[in-house]
Amino acid sequence: MTRPELLRVEGITKAYPGVVANSDVSFSIGEGEIHALLGENGAGKSTMVKMIYGLVRPDSGTMTLRGAPYQPAKPAEARRSGVAMVFQHFSLFEALNVAENVALGMENPPAMRELAARIRAVSEEYGLPLDPSRMVGDLSAGERQRVEIIRCLLQDPKLLIMDEPTSVLTPQEVEILFRTLRQLAREGTAILYISHKLEEIRSLCDEATILRRGKVVATCTPRDRTAREMAELMVGQALKTPERRMGAKSEVALGVSDLSLESPIPFGTSLKGVSFTVAKGEVLGIAGVAGNGQDELLLALSGELKAAPDRVRVAGQPVGDCGPVERRRAGLVAAPEDRYGHAAAPDMSLVENAFLTAGVRKGLTRNGFVDWAGTRKFAEEIIAAYDVRTPGPDVAARALSGGNLQKFLMGRELMQGAQVIVINQPTWGVDAAAAASIRQSILDRAGEGAAVVVISQDLDELLEVADSFAVLNEGRLTKPRPTEGLTMDEIGLMMGGAHGMEVAHHV
Amino acid sequence: MDWGGINPVILIATLMASAVPILLAALGETVVERAGVLNLGVEGMMVIGALGGFIVAVQTGSPVVGFIGGAVCGAALSLIFALLTQVFLANQVATGLALTLFGLGVSSLGGQGYNGVKPPPTGKLFPQALADLPVVGPIVFGHDWVVYFSIAMTAVLWWVLKATRVGLIIRAVGESHEAAHALGYKVNRIRLMCIAFGGAMAGMGGAYVSLARVPQWVDGITAGAGWIALAIVVFASWKPWRVLIGAYLFGGITVLQLNLQVAGSGIPVEYLSMAPYLITILVLVIISAGRKANGAPASLGQNFHASR
Repeated sequence: MTRPELLRVEGITKAYPGVVANSDVSFSIGEGEIHALLGENGAGKSTMVKMIYGLVRPDSGTMTLRGAPYQPAKPAEARRSGVAMVFQHFSLFEALNVAENVALGMENPPAMRELAARIRAVSEEYGLPLDPSRMVGDLSAGERQRVEIIRCLLQDPKLLIMDEPTSVLTPQEVEILFRTLRQLAREGTAILYISHKLEEIRSLCDEATILRRGKVVATCTPRDRTAREMAELMVGQALKTPERRMGAKSEVALGVSDLSLESPIPFGTSLKGVSFTVAKGEVLGIAGVAGNGQDELLLALSGELKAAPDRVRVAGQPVGDCGPVERRRAGLVAAPEDRYGHAAAPDMSLVENAFLTAGVRKGLTRNGFVDWAGTRKFAEEIIAAYDVRTPGPDVAARALSGGNLQKFLMGRELMQGAQVIVINQPTWGVDAAAAASIRQSILDRAGEGAAVVVISQDLDELLEVADSFAVLNEGRLTKPRPTEGLTMDEIGLMMGGAHGMEVAHHV
Repeated sequence: MDWGGINPVILIATLMASAVPILLAALGETVVERAGVLNLGVEGMMVIGALGGFIVAVQTGSPVVGFIGGAVCGAALSLIFALLTQVFLANQVATGLALTLFGLGVSSLGGQGYNGVKPPPTGKLFPQALADLPVVGPIVFGHDWVVYFSIAMTAVLWWVLKATRVGLIIRAVGESHEAAHALGYKVNRIRLMCIAFGGAMAGMGGAYVSLARVPQWVDGITAGAGWIALAIVVFASWKPWRVLIGAYLFGGITVLQLNLQVAGSGIPVEYLSMAPYLITILVLVIISAGRKANGAPASLGQNFHASR
């Protein structure tokens, strides 16, 4: 089927100091086409769409929209030309209500009352129920995305850009989103869909452009390719699946019973009666849509939030009222999600960062003084063992790329010989090859007898590493189940289904 | 109708005037902080406005031009802060503190030779006949135009922040500068304009001290009013009407304690002098307590750099 061309991108190049984000990128999108832009983190997908949306200016190259030259200087111009964008992060205001959030993304918003009525109308038409007067901070991740989508739809876009839209949704919500998108495409709206999830792209998209290191490496029709073929095009090498070495399962290493805690985070989710146990050599995967208590659970396990002593037990020893240092001494280490500021002190060197959490377990203090020689040796061991690309151990943590810093931080926790390891989002923002090696080392540590809790929003990752599987939903944890034999449907139901979404009911 | 030598009508009329400097400065700072900027230099901008307004009024002979001059001086000083924090991304707390010290120093230098000079008087807005009416006269009709202006500004800012697009954008920038940037708003430019507005309001508040309240020039004439304005903004949960309540409360207790001192009450002077600060903060804490999200702009005090 040939469609009239909507947007043509030709020879776009954009360089930042030190990196070329896009180099001579060309592709075109037809009206009503769902076009995938596929690539790893750092492949230049986001920069490319930011240029189409007018947030970034290309260094060279041209774009044409419906045959006319198109070079938006700012997002307002892009919106006027009929280009709208749903962002991955950072575009909603938690302390403002839905209608105000929508108004901020529109060129000429009508009066608030009229806008609220239009939001209701559009949300019903597309089966995305939404109350315009609710605070965005109180909405679930899926509902927040509806706010963004409706903000775009109200402007009648010709081209809708979606940046990783499904990373925060349950499988059921993804299915409903896809139906909405297909409906839009039938109505003639072109969709530029950015993702690195291959199965999604195969089921949704008409065409795909694959980027690697800023260059177009292939264009294909996703339905005709296997996910593996596309993955190899995307990564540029054959992928290794981590192998699991089963450790002997034995006594319980970490026990949590009926843990309920108020969230210290504004708009956070409180934990409600969380109970689970992890045996030595077992990996427990905890799934859930972001904002359902993952951060709070990590805080409660790491010791940053305290509870009654017997609520958390490490090897049978109550540690619920202990702080992080005492828990590390008892054998529990934790790696939080936020790399810059929580897991690492961004302006301190890797050596100093290595000391910050490993000081206790590796015995890096002598008479109250830091043993810098020993700490440096430990940092160098991590760098060597986890293939951290850095000029040396003395550079600031901030200077490392996200993936490299993540490898360092994972190494720092995994190499302390702890009996219990808790990790939130081990491979967030890490490229596929590094992610595979991090997963492998998690499995290796479990094989050596450590109990591991992996909290992640990436279901594929959890299914790959976890022996048992549980879901956090609004601060409650489901009963852990063996991973073997779980289907995506069952997981989706554990995740709370579709959170009140309906299928679009207009034709 | 006196209570222990204190006439309540006169008290209310006086507190409305005495609260004007703090009210204007605090309203300006409310806008600045709603946009996510913490400018601790309010005291410095007020004192510069006090001197600038005083000099302009003395030179031109017009108090109205003097107030405008005070606003311009306050805004000019705030632009130094804006340049340092929005362009060079300097730390807002340190820069704000430095701004106060700088403003106090510069005003002390520039005020040489203006000690003892009398500024042109700022007249009442309504004819004396109206101001002579019992009770409502002094309270409603007995003020100069700046008092009415300060109340009008409270209403205007409340409406702008609550119901207009400009207000929505200001709140959005203060709430999440990343999101605002992603939607294409010029975060630093919006903040810069808010900072200049805050500077103008603080400068005008300062000018009211030197032109109407005292009225003459002495070193450090604002005497900490900028700091109490900052505290009022926070405890008023960044809401204009509560800022007005806070400023009037502070003004009222200040006037009351002065009257009590004059009336010779048994309470030691030291306690009376500290009363306005204590009671204002106490009352505002009680007003703003009990709610989890107290309305602080989420990006308050954080610099924004469009790196991506």
